Amino acid sequence: MNDVIAEIKRDYIYELAKRSERADGRALDEYRPIQVEVGLIGKAEGSARVKVGNTQVLVGVKIQPGEPFPDTPDTGVIITNVELVPLASPSFEPGPPDENAIELARVVDRGVRESGAIDLSELTLPDGKVWLIFIDVHVLDHDGNLMDAAALGALAALVHATKPCERYGYGPDAPLPIKESPIAVTAVDLDGEIMLDPSLDEETIASSKLTVISGLQGALAGMQKSGTGTLSVEEIARIVKLASSKAMQIRDDLFGGSTDG
Amino acid sequence: MKNGKRIDDRLPNELRPIKFEVGALERADGSCYVEHGGNKIMAAVYGPRAVHPRHLQQANRAIIRYRYNMASFSVEERRRPGPDRRSVEISKVSRQAIDPVIIKEFYPRSTIDIFVEILQADAGTRSAGINAASVALADAGVPMRGLISSCAVGKVDDTVVLDLVKEEDNYGQADMPVAMDVRTGEVTLLQMDGHLTLDEFEQALELGKIGCASIADMQREALIQKYRGKEDE
Repeated sequence: MNDVIAEIKRDYIYELAKRSERADGRALDEYRPIQVEVGLIGKAEGSARVKVGNTQVLVGVKIQPGEPFPDTPDTGVIITNVELVPLASPSFEPGPPDENAIELARVVDRGVRESGAIDLSELTLPDGKVWLIFIDVHVLDHDGNLMDAAALGALAALVHATKPCERYGYGPDAPLPIKESPIAVTAVDLDGEIMLDPSLDEETIASSKLTVISGLQGALAGMQKSGTGTLSVEEIARIVKLASSKAMQIRDDLFGGSTDG
Repeated sequence: MKNGKRIDDRLPNELRPIKFEVGALERADGSCYVEHGGNKIMAAVYGPRAVHPRHLQQANRAIIRYRYNMASFSVEERRRPGPDRRSVEISKVSRQAIDPVIIKEFYPRSTIDIFVEILQADAGTRSAGINAASVALADAGVPMRGLISSCAVGKVDDTVVLDLVKEEDNYGQADMPVAMDVRTGEVTLLQMDGHLTLDEFEQALELGKIGCASIADMQREALIQKYRGKEDE
């Protein structure tokens, strides 16, 4: 089941877009208010609740020792999972992760992995085991742009996570080796107007969206176009540039420019 | 038990700190976030709405569905996502705990879906989930004959105690979750495992009633806080 939207609302949003306006009064490149709260879940080694407007996700990071993959014995393991639980939206249904949940999880994973946010080579343990890092994204309220909220939640939870060394007899607890700060910025294109942080309505009527994940120096770490619509090469170039500079701004606002806050 | 105090310094008949937040979610028709000791739980209600799949619908009343689900990071060792046998059973008894007070005849051919997400677990999750679900139903405007309140009672060191924490649950002698409509005194959920003499059982049930009554007050207060002064809207 998909979110449905009235024709009249669709027309209204498109009309506004022609005048570079949005239904909730935001500027085209303006995010809804972002709130990040870390450490809510004491049972998890790291956790973050992120609100972007009314969208709300809770990310828990669990860290435990385990066997490395046979082909990469000297690197830690990251496993990312997203649960689109039916509590979060009337269009979510109970059951195993569907294609949307899997896409979301894989994009979040790609941002963390490909940016080198965690130095996996520092996650080996003396007995041949490695740290397994489980990033579990629990979506609580879906009001658009889950991608950016989930990626931000994952980063915040990782930055604040501690390896439970003591519990498993590996010396004192320590933070994760965080090296990068990947931020996802998602844009939709409505009649040539590019809007960042699409609301649920904007996301529903847009035929495609593009998520761009970039790191501290502005370099790209991951991208994902989703939706059946098309984007021109020029539009993509514009979005990428816009997203990279917006990511800098979000990072400065939330982490004060560094990853150790 | 030491000097009449429990592992977390509570008296035998003392509840853990409880906090209800009504309407914590935007999309759901009704919602409630509850912190009950170390438990952190979000409940949401959708409906009355159309039933999918259609063959489940009833011609003369709404159906009630209840899904209890634990987040994979809610417990010490990461839990595999998705339902296991335990959550299926809890979903069933919780649904049956709440079903009797909902006036289902008002909404034939529809469903009222209740979703309870355990974000952090610290013993007594089914009870705390039922308490949150009950408030979320009221927040959604679902007509009910009363509010269901629930708590666990048990036995630790041969003493009957209210509202067990994890350690008491794991190493205690008995655990007995109870849910009831405090106004009518009707019990809608009763489970028990462990060892209780008949006398202890009577004591435990009485303590459960007292616990549920305190919780019912908090539920009502949380709803009043949200809706006070909104009668005219």
